[in-house]
Amino acid sequence: MSMELRTSPHQISERNVPTIMKHVVLSLLPVCGFSVWQYGLSALALLLTITATCLLTERWFNRASAQPSSIGDWSATITGVLLALTLPPSFPLWMGVVAGFVAIALGKALFGGLGNNVFNPALIGRAFVQAAFPVAITTWVPAFAANRFSEFVPTTLTAPLMMPPDVVEWVKQQSVDAFTGATPLARWKFENITASAQDLLSGAVTASTGETSALLILLCGVYLAARKFMDWRIPLAVLGSAALTAWLFQLYNPAHFPAPTFVLLSGGLMLGAVYMATDMATSPVTPVGVWIYGALIGVLTVMIRYFGGLTEGVMYAILIGNALTPFIDQYTQPRVFGTRQKRKP
Amino acid sequence: MRLPFFNRTATFEHGIHPAYHKETGSLPIRRLPFAPRLIVPLSQHIGKPAVCCVSVGQEVLRGQVIATADGFVSLPVHAPATGVVEAIGFMPSASGKMVDSITIRVYQADPQSVMVSAPRDVESLDKKALLAAIQDTGISGLGGATFPAHVKLSVPPDVTIDTLVVNGAECEPFLTCDHRIMVERTQDLIRGIGYAMKVSGAPRAIIGVEDNKPDAIAAIQAALPADSTIQVKAIETKYPQGAEETLIYALLGREVPAGQRPAAVGVLVNNVMTLAYLGRLLPAGEGLVERVLTVAGPAVEKPGNYIVPIGTPLRFLLEQVGAASSAKEIILGGPMMGMTISSLDVPVTKGTSGVLAFGKSQLPQEEARVYACIKCGECVNVCPKFLNPSQLGLLAAKREYAEMAERYNLDRCFECGCCSYVCPSHIPLVQQFRIAKAINREKAKS
Repeated sequence: MSMELRTSPHQISERNVPTIMKHVVLSLLPVCGFSVWQYGLSALALLLTITATCLLTERWFNRASAQPSSIGDWSATITGVLLALTLPPSFPLWMGVVAGFVAIALGKALFGGLGNNVFNPALIGRAFVQAAFPVAITTWVPAFAANRFSEFVPTTLTAPLMMPPDVVEWVKQQSVDAFTGATPLARWKFENITASAQDLLSGAVTASTGETSALLILLCGVYLAARKFMDWRIPLAVLGSAALTAWLFQLYNPAHFPAPTFVLLSGGLMLGAVYMATDMATSPVTPVGVWIYGALIGVLTVMIRYFGGLTEGVMYAILIGNALTPFIDQYTQPRVFGTRQKRKP
Repeated sequence: MRLPFFNRTATFEHGIHPAYHKETGSLPIRRLPFAPRLIVPLSQHIGKPAVCCVSVGQEVLRGQVIATADGFVSLPVHAPATGVVEAIGFMPSASGKMVDSITIRVYQADPQSVMVSAPRDVESLDKKALLAAIQDTGISGLGGATFPAHVKLSVPPDVTIDTLVVNGAECEPFLTCDHRIMVERTQDLIRGIGYAMKVSGAPRAIIGVEDNKPDAIAAIQAALPADSTIQVKAIETKYPQGAEETLIYALLGREVPAGQRPAAVGVLVNNVMTLAYLGRLLPAGEGLVERVLTVAGPAVEKPGNYIVPIGTPLRFLLEQVGAASSAKEIILGGPMMGMTISSLDVPVTKGTSGVLAFGKSQLPQEEARVYACIKCGECVNVCPKFLNPSQLGLLAAKREYAEMAERYNLDRCFECGCCSYVCPSHIPLVQQFRIAKAINREKAKS
């Protein structure tokens, strides 16, 4: 009779990496569904193209480095879906392929794959195309266009390596009321017009594919946090510090700076706080570090939005947070049991 | 008036809630028959091995001393059955090493009552005589630590113990023998606590019991007089509630300073099983010849708590409960901190609190693929010692063993297994830490 020899513990929890990642993907499906409903075929094509690119790139790097396939851990799927959600719905598909490839190749595989990456791969991909294709990434189309389920936005099917065509004519045909072609953040920055909280919550604004409805993202995040697939402290810290910073600025100059609710609900802050900043591999592990990291991202986002050249600051705020994560971890090591000051009995 | 918010069960910070599998907790303790041969190791405790004082071919009586204590930090060994010494020599042990053992062929026709005893009036003994009497019982820590009971109970003159903490947490999944002892041998336990308080000078005792054992709490409560210096306290059911330092924190809010013994905060911790046997054997003047242990696990047909003679080979034990043929993995102790054994010829010893048998298909780790650390921080959130297992694991992979000890307090880890339990990447963290500690120990020697 042969005996199995193992070391303790002999009982382990059923939760594993693919389960966690799969639930993140599942929780993103409502967000994806809403954006497809809003933007139709173009959004769907963008989501599918980028996710497929990420998966293929991941698999190719597995093969090139003679590693077993890591498609099954679902992390590349998350990267693909998140990346697509941060891009404008009219983004040309071939540029999406570039973004997806860069996200996995430069953002993840180069560092050694899942867990070893320093930066959120999806944001690396987005940062790359933001620098490479500044016009395409700021070209917006209206939601609920009349023909959204029967035809693509003309830019979507731009031939590879070609510049996308202008969408102004196409937008005019869509019989959409009051489309300004600018995001709420850009309108605030350049025209000092703030969108209403109600529009921002429900998604009746111009935005990236998955950033329209702050409420929907928040609900999905609550589900993830309740199932303990996400660290709730990070979004709380990000949103809390962003709100506090915005409130202080508004206190200083109410005429110029918008209300904290506008800051919280506009742009990519909600998606970033709930899904990007919480990326496990690139956020701190220590209890104190998590709060510092989240608070830092919140403050930086507001600072970049208010004083930077860009209208949106979430991406760079999170990337800076990612870069500082090892540093934060190092200086916030938990105090070992038995080294704290004695409690009074 | 206490606000409901503050009225929560005493507990420690961090820890985990594994599946408890405590089904055997409702089954009364039963006695197993004697195996034809008992294998009694000379060293079943921490300290110097006992010295054999019988010879091959000699007949021994149940309860007779067959090996004497070698100095203070040592324990005598008593014959667990009436029979004849068949061999004295190396036999397999749980750790895989061959250890000096006395093999006794049991006289099957003998009634096997304890023949050697010296009843004594415990109340009349002074501290020194009491300690000697405790040593004579051969009792070691029966929770699994196997530290000689009398050594643990002897308090240096410059130390004051204000509280005796009695460990009835039994936080390991599957194990329920402490639970049954508290329910069925409550009087033994209370008597034993009295002796331990007397010898250690502790003016009060607190029995900490996890709140998944309400019948044990009720049984003790009912047996205690109203003005007793002994009290019983329910604590949260959470692993590792029964670790000394977490238990002290849960019951008294005191943190044992890192690297020091509980005596540093005026506390002495003893397991309920140890004290219950002390309360039973000390007045009777008998030695420890058997113990109660839990036999359970998915491969066991008749799980339960059994009185098993010391030295019973596991093969015999598992045959009795209908597990020997289907079992693939046998664990001594609990699933979180116990060890697997390589041979069924290993005997039950004083420190065996449980024997768990798993069949092949019931092993969850079998197909568990190891992923890279995704830095989810779960391990940091559960470590009862507030260590950073994630960082320790990354350093272990790079073989930075010295840094693990110097900067990340590796030596504070007591291998409770919480980090490995929660790790979604299935990284064998505890095993990595064991290896790192062993390598550091070897380096320190040379």
